[in-house]
Amino acid sequence: MPSARSWRAYPQTYRLEASRCSGCQKTFFPPRQVCNACSGREFETFRMGYGGTVVTHTVIRTPGDQFQGEAPFAVGIIAMDDGPKMTTQIVDVPLEEIRIGMKVKLEFRRMYAEGHDGVIEYGHKAVPLRE
Amino acid sequence: MRDVAVIGVGMQKWGEIWTKSLREIFVESALLAMDDAGIDKLEAMYVGSMSPGLFAAQEHIGSLLADYLGQAPIPATRVESACASGGLAFRMACMDVASGMHDIVLAGGVEKMTDISGGEATFALSTASDMKWEGTCGVTFPGLYAMMAVAHMEKFGTTREQLAQVAVKNHANGSLNARAQFPTKITAEQVINSVKVADPLNILDCSPITDGAAAVIVVPADMVKNFQQPGVKVTGTGHATDTIALHDRDDLTVIDSARLAGEQAYKMAGKTPQDIDLCEVHDCFTIAEIMVTEALGFCELGGGGPAVAAGHTALGGKIPVNTSGGLKSKGHPVGATGVGQVIEVVEQLRGQSGQRQVKDAKVGMTQNMGGSGGSSVVHILEVM
Repeated sequence: MPSARSWRAYPQTYRLEASRCSGCQKTFFPPRQVCNACSGREFETFRMGYGGTVVTHTVIRTPGDQFQGEAPFAVGIIAMDDGPKMTTQIVDVPLEEIRIGMKVKLEFRRMYAEGHDGVIEYGHKAVPLRE
Repeated sequence: MRDVAVIGVGMQKWGEIWTKSLREIFVESALLAMDDAGIDKLEAMYVGSMSPGLFAAQEHIGSLLADYLGQAPIPATRVESACASGGLAFRMACMDVASGMHDIVLAGGVEKMTDISGGEATFALSTASDMKWEGTCGVTFPGLYAMMAVAHMEKFGTTREQLAQVAVKNHANGSLNARAQFPTKITAEQVINSVKVADPLNILDCSPITDGAAAVIVVPADMVKNFQQPGVKVTGTGHATDTIALHDRDDLTVIDSARLAGEQAYKMAGKTPQDIDLCEVHDCFTIAEIMVTEALGFCELGGGGPAVAAGHTALGGKIPVNTSGGLKSKGHPVGATGVGQVIEVVEQLRGQSGQRQVKDAKVGMTQNMGGSGGSSVVHILEVM
């Protein structure tokens, strides 16, 4: 059985639901209840597009227990074209070719197995945008 | 508010202490601090500890430690702000005394990190990040600081060699500190060729996993004449928070919580960066020291790498940073680290630091940080 912890986040995990502050238009992923820019409490929900740009990145070579056996893998902060930034793995690209400013798009992938039952969690990873 | 002073300090050597429990290492350091002050009764205590639950399967340690220290039923509070827990416990103790609530208060910190495996410890530490939106993609704490390093190198031209110089300097300082976990000099070549953890950071860019405790005694400044040691006055304190998810920050190359906490402390103490004789900063990773020396105004933004390479932050430099060896060499028992920083500054201001004594030190500073900068606590201390 999927845990409550994972199904609560389905709208973000599977549909990339973000929110835009009705007062100042600042965007948030995941959605928040209070805007940290203008203290507004009114938001509209929107689905983020998949495009973004690498802001910074690293290669994890010594992972935590949950990712043992998967290293080395790349992780980066992606500035989404729709505003928010998010941390994701960067895949399908040689590790040494990842650069700040690289255009990427999110794809739906296997993330990790949760807890002792090994329920597989899915989510988004970034792949290079090839013209 | 009343002026506040530190009148006793206590800390044993940090490291892998397999023969002693969390409560034993805490009580040892607390008793050293109480003996240093010449007291056997406390009125209250604050203990910084990040996660005794995950590291040692024990919560409720405020009461546990007060009891084992022979001080129950005094009020005892555990304080948590990830790796800034110790610094924040010290701030809580100072606020308690300043308020007039109590006169003799212990500020301590403790973490017992080696009772679990390295992988489990990495997980426990990662809970100081945004677990849902950072942790689930496999990014570790070295990974978060590595991403700050990559952004800093891209923007300011900070180099791999400059990062290594932080570790070289702090290990040189730590080699003069009998209480350091790794009191061993290292070379830049060793740092650059050490095992890769998260590019560009290697294992010798990272602070270690450590068991350790530390404690200080805080009293009203006008009471210091009643004690055997010279008092050291706490003249400035600052505490600021930021998003705990690194990706939610506008600028990844500045640690804003450190900058803001520093500004608060400078204002309260009526000091500027030029007035500081030495500073203990939170060098959990080499890039962190570079970014914090910038945030506290010891150099301009982007100047942290050149400053360490030029020796400005070494013993004998313009502003000696981490004379204790820092987290890098002295060790990083996360909840105790902030209190250990206060102890180094107090001993320097008392003139008790032996071979690593900063000459004529009158004003010292500490900066303790939680997570990737989601919290920072800064203190300024002065001779009385």
